[in-house]
Amino acid sequence: MRLNLRIWRQASRDTLGHLEDYVADNVSPDMSFLEMLDVVNERLVREGKDAIAFDSDCREGICGMCSLVVDGVPHGPDRGTTVCQLHLRRFKDGDTITVEPWRAKAFPVVRDLVVDRGAFDRIIAAGGYVSVNCGGAPDGNAIPISKELAEAAMDSAACIGCGACVAACKNASAHLFMAAKISHLALLPQGRVETRQRVVAMVEQADVEGFGSCSNEGECEAVCPKEIPILNIARMTREYVRAAVWAGE
Amino acid sequence: MNTIRLDSKIPPGPLASKWDRHKFEMKLVNPANKRKYTVIVVGTGLAGASAAASLGELGYNVLSLCIQDSPRRAHSIAAQGGINAAKNYQNDGDSAYRLFYDTIKGGDYRSREANVYRLAQLSVNIIDQCVAQGVPFAREYGGLLDNRSFGGAQVSRTFYARGQTGQQLLLGAYQSLMRQVRQGAVRIFPRREMLDVVVIDGKARGIVVRNLLTGEIERFAGDAVILATGGYGTAYHLSTNAVNSNVTAAWRAHKRGALFANPCFTQIHPTCIPVTGTHQSKLTLMSESLRNDGRVWVPKKKGDTRRPEEIPEGERDYYLERKYPSFGNLVPRDVASRNAKQVCDDGRGVGESRLAVYLDFKDSIQRLGPDAIKEKYGNLFHMYQKITDENPYRVPMRIYPAMHYAMGGLWVDYNLMSTVPGLHVLGEANFSDHGANRLGASALMQGLADGYFIIPYTIGHYLATSTLPKVTTDHPSFKESAESVQQRINTLLTVKGSQSVRSLHRALGAILWDDVGMSRSEAGLRRALARISELREAFWHDVSVPGTPNNLNQSLEYAGRVADYLEFAELLASDALHRRESCGGHFREESQTPESEALRDDANYSYVAAWEFKGIGQKSELHKEPLAFEEAHPTQRSYK
Repeated sequence: MRLNLRIWRQASRDTLGHLEDYVADNVSPDMSFLEMLDVVNERLVREGKDAIAFDSDCREGICGMCSLVVDGVPHGPDRGTTVCQLHLRRFKDGDTITVEPWRAKAFPVVRDLVVDRGAFDRIIAAGGYVSVNCGGAPDGNAIPISKELAEAAMDSAACIGCGACVAACKNASAHLFMAAKISHLALLPQGRVETRQRVVAMVEQADVEGFGSCSNEGECEAVCPKEIPILNIARMTREYVRAAVWAGE
Repeated sequence: MNTIRLDSKIPPGPLASKWDRHKFEMKLVNPANKRKYTVIVVGTGLAGASAAASLGELGYNVLSLCIQDSPRRAHSIAAQGGINAAKNYQNDGDSAYRLFYDTIKGGDYRSREANVYRLAQLSVNIIDQCVAQGVPFAREYGGLLDNRSFGGAQVSRTFYARGQTGQQLLLGAYQSLMRQVRQGAVRIFPRREMLDVVVIDGKARGIVVRNLLTGEIERFAGDAVILATGGYGTAYHLSTNAVNSNVTAAWRAHKRGALFANPCFTQIHPTCIPVTGTHQSKLTLMSESLRNDGRVWVPKKKGDTRRPEEIPEGERDYYLERKYPSFGNLVPRDVASRNAKQVCDDGRGVGESRLAVYLDFKDSIQRLGPDAIKEKYGNLFHMYQKITDENPYRVPMRIYPAMHYAMGGLWVDYNLMSTVPGLHVLGEANFSDHGANRLGASALMQGLADGYFIIPYTIGHYLATSTLPKVTTDHPSFKESAESVQQRINTLLTVKGSQSVRSLHRALGAILWDDVGMSRSEAGLRRALARISELREAFWHDVSVPGTPNNLNQSLEYAGRVADYLEFAELLASDALHRRESCGGHFREESQTPESEALRDDANYSYVAAWEFKGIGQKSELHKEPLAFEEAHPTQRSYK
C-alpha cells in the first residue's frame, strides 16, 4: 500500500517547525506504524537526508517511549494501543496521515517528533513513592491485601507514563498521570500512610511544571493506551481535598 | 599491560554460610564518609535503578545515567511472566537449596555455585522489599501472595503482577530512585549513552558519554563505576529486546580491560510471534506462562498446508508431550526452542513462512472456560491479536523462537567487580548466575538481587579498601578518552557511503541467526567469522550516516551501536567455535546424544571462558575460570 504522510519537522527546541510531505510507498498492512516510519527513514538516509527523529524503545506497548499524534489523536485511532502497536491494516491505501509530536507547554519539542517529558519524572520525585529504604522490610505476607484491592491498585499502576493524556487534553493537564500513581499507592496499605503528603506534593509540582487543570472532559481516558479511567482523577481529587481539610484543621 | 589473573573471590566455608561470612568480613565505610564517595551507575533497569536507589539511601553521592528519556523506561519493563523466590508459601517443598539446585541444573552446570546459592538466598528478601514499595503482586482471595509454576519448575515459586511483572518491579525501583533524587543523594542524567570507561592508575574512575540531545561529549568522574546496561540480544537485529538495547557500554569497557565471559551463551525464547517480513524491527515475546495451558503441536505430515482446524487430532504431533512425557510443554526454554527448529527443519512448520509451530489453547478453553483463560492471559491474547490479526481464542497461536537474553556478559567476581578494579557490572550485563541457560522468571530476580542486596555491601568494601586520590575530569585520561570517542563519531559521519545502518545491521543479524543461533557447527561458525569481518569492512567503507554530530541524531547513535556489534559479533562467534560441546542454549551439532539432545563435555569445558581484548580483528586471549561443583553434581540434563 501507499500512504501520504504529513510529518512535523523541527530542527531544535528554539526553531520553528512545519509539516512536510512524504510518501510511504510499497508498505505492507502487517507493518507497525513505526516500522513504516523506519522504512521512510531508511530511504531518507539513502538519499543523504536527515532522518525523522521520533522516540521508541520496547515496541511492544509497555515502555511508554513512543509518542506520536496521528491525525490529531495521541497514539492514533486504535483504542487502548500505543502507536508502536498500531498497524497499517488500520489505514486504507492512499490515505493521507498527519503525524505530530505531543503538544504541551510542559513537554517542549526537542526535535521533530521528540519531546522532553522530564516533568513527569519530577512529579514522581515530588512524592510518587513509598518511603521505605532497602532492607528490613517485613515478610511479604505480613499484611494481607484483598484480591479486589490488589487488582484495583494494579489497574492504576498499569500507567506507562507516556503522556498521551497530557497531549489529548485541551488544558494539557497531567491529572490522569498523577491520579494513576496516587490511586495505585493510596489503595494499598503500604502506600496509604503517606497519601496526604504525596498528593499535595505531586499536584504542586505539576503546577510548577506548567501542566493545566482538569475540566473533566475525559479525553485523557479515551486516548490512554492502558485505558486507565478518569475515576482515578476523582479519587485523587478526594484525597487532595482530604489533605487540604486536614492541613486546615 | 599486566597479565590478568582471574580470582573469583569466592569466600571459603560451607556453601550456605559463604555470603553471611563474607558480609561480616567485608570492610564498611563510615556513615559520615559515604557522601564523600561518588558512584556512577550506568543504566536504570532493575539492576541499575535498584543499585542507584540503594546506594543513595546509604548516603553515597550517586550519578545515575540512562539512554532513554526517563529512567522508568529501561527494558526490564517488558518482562512479563514473573519473579522467582524461594518463599515456599505454597508448602510444596521449595527452599533456597532447591532454587539453587534448579538454577544450576537449568544453566547446564556452567555457573558458579556460590553466586547461585546467594541469589537463591536473597530471592526471599526481594519479594519483601518489593511488597513494601507497593508493587501490586497478584493475591489470593485470602489476601496472601499468589504464586504460579513457571518455565519448567516443579514448584510454584513465581510471583507476578498480571503479565506486567517487570513493569511493576521496575516502577518500584524507579520510584525509590526518584525518592533519592528528591533527597539530593542521586542525580539523574537521561538521554546519555556511555561511550567509554576512564581508567586511571588501573582503576575505573569515570565515564565518557554522549548527550543524545545536544551531541556534546560529557565527562563524569567518580570513585567507582557500575555498569547495568543489559544484554547484547540486538546483535541478532531481530530480538525481543528494545530497539535501543545495545552492547556498546559493555563492549567499550571490554576494550578498556574488562574480560568478556561466555558470550556464546545466548537464550533463544520459544514463545515469540513469528517473523512476517523484512520490514520487521523487533520480535514480540509472549510470556512462556502460556505454555502452562497451551499445547504445542505441528502436523505429522510434512508440507501440510491445511488450516489447523482441518487437521484431525490423530494427524497432529504434540512433539514436546511425546518426547518429554514428564515435563511436556513445560521443558526449559532451550529445549523447547531447539525442538521447534527441528520440526520446522523437518518440513513440518506452519503458517505462511513455514517457520512457526502451533500453541493451542482449545483444550484449556474447554476445560477451564474462556473467562479463566482471559483472566490469566488476556493481555497476551490481546497483544497477539493486535500484531497478527488472528483471534487466539478461536485459532491456535503461531509461535517461533527469537533471540531473547544474554547469559554471557562481562566477567565479574563474587563481589560483582570486573577485571578492571572499581568497575562493577550488574544484571544481564554480567555473566554470573545463569550459566548456559537462564530459567524463566530468574532475570528479574538476579537484577534486583545484584542491585538491592549485593552491590550495596560489596562496593563499600571496595571503597573502604582502595586508595582513591581525588581525580577531576581534567585528568589527561579523560581528555584522551573524550578525544577518541569524538574521533570515532567523526569517522562515522565522514564515510558517506551508500548503505544504511539498518541494512548492515540486518545483514549482521542474518549471519548470526543462521550460523550462531539455535544450532551451531564448526563449518557454520567459520563461515560466520569470515562474513562478519567482511561486513565490518563494508561498514567502514560504505555506511551512510546523515546529519551532524552536535544535535539529536538517531542515525548516528544507531551507527555507533552497530559498529560495536560488528566487533563484538566476532567474539561471540569465536567463543561458540572454541566451545566444542553443547550446553544450555549453546548447541554444537558435533556434540549431541543419539536422541539429538545437547551433550555436555565436562572433562574439557567445565569452565567460564573469559576473553581478553587484543585489538579489533585480533584473536582474543582466553582465560579460564574452572568451575567446581561441590553440592550440585553435574548430570546429563533430562526432562523426559
